[in-house]
Amino acid sequence: MANITRSPWLLHYDGSSCNGCDIEVLACLTPVYDAERLGVMNTGDPMQADIFLITGGINSQNQATVKQLYDQMPNPKVVVAVGVCACTGGIFKECYNILGGADTTVPVDIYVPGCAARPQAIIDGIIQAVELFQKRSDDYKAMVKEKKRRG
Amino acid sequence: MNMGIVYAIAYIVLAPFVGGFLDGVDRKISARMQRRVGPPLLQPFYDIVKLFNKETISVDSSQTFLLLTYFVLMLVTGVMFFSGSDILMCFFVLSTAATFLYFAGVITSSPYSSIGAQRELIQMMTYEPAVLLTCVGFYLAAGSFNVNEIASTGTSYIFRLPGFFVAFVFILTIKMRKSPFDTSTSHHMHQELVKGITTEMGSKNLALFQITEWYENVFLMGVICLFFVNGSITGLVISLAVFLLVYFLEILIDNCCARMKWQDMLVITWIVTFFTAGVNLVILMVIR
Repeated sequence: MANITRSPWLLHYDGSSCNGCDIEVLACLTPVYDAERLGVMNTGDPMQADIFLITGGINSQNQATVKQLYDQMPNPKVVVAVGVCACTGGIFKECYNILGGADTTVPVDIYVPGCAARPQAIIDGIIQAVELFQKRSDDYKAMVKEKKRRG
Repeated sequence: MNMGIVYAIAYIVLAPFVGGFLDGVDRKISARMQRRVGPPLLQPFYDIVKLFNKETISVDSSQTFLLLTYFVLMLVTGVMFFSGSDILMCFFVLSTAATFLYFAGVITSSPYSSIGAQRELIQMMTYEPAVLLTCVGFYLAAGSFNVNEIASTGTSYIFRLPGFFVAFVFILTIKMRKSPFDTSTSHHMHQELVKGITTEMGSKNLALFQITEWYENVFLMGVICLFFVNGSITGLVISLAVFLLVYFLEILIDNCCARMKWQDMLVITWIVTFFTAGVNLVILMVIR
């Protein structure tokens, strides 16, 4: 099986949040943390992304967008919820328009808590996501092979 | 002619590796310029391997065919050039290849992709005068459009074609999709076109596009070397040194400049082309 852990491309979506985690995600790409040394690229394009990074909670307006972005990503894919809002809804949880964390809409694999999540924690979350991404990729390849064998 | 076939095969086999490695060097140097550690040198190859391992989703099934045509025509361009045939024909085939890229962009009907594709056409219009003038310059200096004959006359053309060289290096920024003129594919994140013409290309299609770009870069660097070769080893060494220098210059420009509007790109490029290649052409015709 090909080693694909060296090239995780991110799609970052900022839901209903205070933008704190949004800024921390961008901080990961700055010279201090430089996530690109791990091959991480922040693409704005769901069709080219491997890891879906969600910050902020889900509200009734962005739910459809998050769902669509997830559906547009090709398999294998991993979802990471960054910050307590994306994990549970956080401080906005009781608001009338908030549905909760990202897992109300898409299947979340990795939860990165924090308010705001620190860049170290985010990079750690990405590394864990990458391991899962490799596993999914192997499973996906096996599935494709099985499908071909059956015709 | 036998040597030509050897060069052509070497191009087909080695160009993606050379192009990918240069891309890796590009990313590393860019990162160092921004005081980052940067990705490993082989990062572009890791990306390609990953892209080939992903599920293919394409909005329109003909996109793969159009990209394959783009790839094959780019291959033909390089093979013609390195086997030493007509340089004018090389650039005509290159333009045809770029047209297929345009079709691959518009076929998806995504607004980002379509605008990127239209800008690709504008880019073609922008660099085409300089490219054609370069061919004419080689003809006036060498008396032939044939790459084989141009390369084997025993003199470096840079002394007679300095203006053409400047014009060609200038449009190289457009062809290599570097920052001030990177209007059709926005390489860096968070820009108005998402990923421009490549927005709707995922997994294998994107990998194919990327490999084609590597072939194209190696071909363009070959044209740069053609200005300096004179049949001797020294000429070859000088041309390789210039090729690395030009590549570094492009990386530097990429990191120093913000992107321009296409109107500015068109006007500036045509002015530069006119005052370098155009003046050089007039001088060459008078002296001859």
